Amino acid sequence: MMESSRRRFLKIAGVSALGLGTKPLLDVFAASGEKGDKQKAQVLPNKEALTATQWAMVIDTKKFKSAEDLVPMIEACNKIHNIPEFKNKKHEIKWIWAEEFKHAFPTRNMRFLPERIEQLPFLVLCNHCENPPCVRVCPTQATFKREDGIVHMDYHRCIGCRFCMAACPYGSRSFNFRDPRPFIMKRNPEFPTRMKGVVEKCNFCAERLAVGKMPNCVEAANGALTFGDLEDPGSGVRELLRSNYMIRRKQGLGTRPAVYYIV
Amino acid sequence: MMADSKQIYDRGMVVAGLVIFVIITTFPFWYNHGKASPVPEPELTDRAKAAKECVEPKSVMRAKHMQLLNVWRNTVVRNGKRVYVNSKGKSFDMSLSNTCLDCHFNKAEFCDQCHNYASVRPNCWNCHIDNPKEKK
Repeated sequence: MMESSRRRFLKIAGVSALGLGTKPLLDVFAASGEKGDKQKAQVLPNKEALTATQWAMVIDTKKFKSAEDLVPMIEACNKIHNIPEFKNKKHEIKWIWAEEFKHAFPTRNMRFLPERIEQLPFLVLCNHCENPPCVRVCPTQATFKREDGIVHMDYHRCIGCRFCMAACPYGSRSFNFRDPRPFIMKRNPEFPTRMKGVVEKCNFCAERLAVGKMPNCVEAANGALTFGDLEDPGSGVRELLRSNYMIRRKQGLGTRPAVYYIV
Repeated sequence: MMADSKQIYDRGMVVAGLVIFVIITTFPFWYNHGKASPVPEPELTDRAKAAKECVEPKSVMRAKHMQLLNVWRNTVVRNGKRVYVNSKGKSFDMSLSNTCLDCHFNKAEFCDQCHNYASVRPNCWNCHIDNPKEKK
């Protein structure tokens, strides 16, 4: 008698547990059928947004005569991206800046170079590599490659470990050793600043591309910079690549930079 | 004999100690009794009042604005999608500084006082600029 009632109890308990277990599942199905009339919120890309498979830039260094010619582009970037100005070089934040040929292209440096190339500062920025080493090393995926080829940073995720800075062969990344806010001359309220403890770099003006505008340095360059889709044979970048011999920085490393230089 | 074993030694000291202990541990309760600070009401700017409704209905915004902002952050930064179409079909640019604070440019009265009351310290403002309109 005792045995059989325990057995019956367990049977009932088992069936009940099964029944309760399926309830959430049924709720899901019920909900998905029910909410047909109420429209759900959705997210969309901006209609004017410029898109590409791999954004790339061509820098025509023949159009630059001196270091002063690079200033408008650097200033244009610094202004809209809230780049701080530190007196101490160790704290410097750089998105786009001028570099000597021997430092920008150490693998192409020679004892005897044309005078123009030896003296001309080159405009350097993040190369938005096709095979970016910084993305591989980032432990939090704060740096990632977007679908349009931009190597983007999610400052919310950056923990400031600086692996990416060690991995980047171009020194394109800067670390915020100090709170940058007091050192920003004039804030652009439309773009966030960064905070102490994160790494930052050029974003190919992703925020401008999203609203259908070209990067700010390209707009300030008077035609010396060309921006376009590397995978689109009709783009301005590809057109220049067809008619000019170009170099890229430290090409032997296999990072496949997307910034090309006409020299 | 039995009575002796149930006796409390130093009864006076023990009782006094207990009384002091109870007073100290309950001090915050009776000291602050009746002085509970009122729940702050977020202040709306004229522009926010004119708009009548936020991105989503007030009840949703009040309870879930942090989840909404989290979704906005992730879709903008990681998926590159910047337009939010709400349940009524109205679209918004997903931006804390440029959309939210365009109407609610009174961060101190709108955001901070509730956050202070609830003792939450969102770190949005370490990077996002708090007052794009520079208005008072």
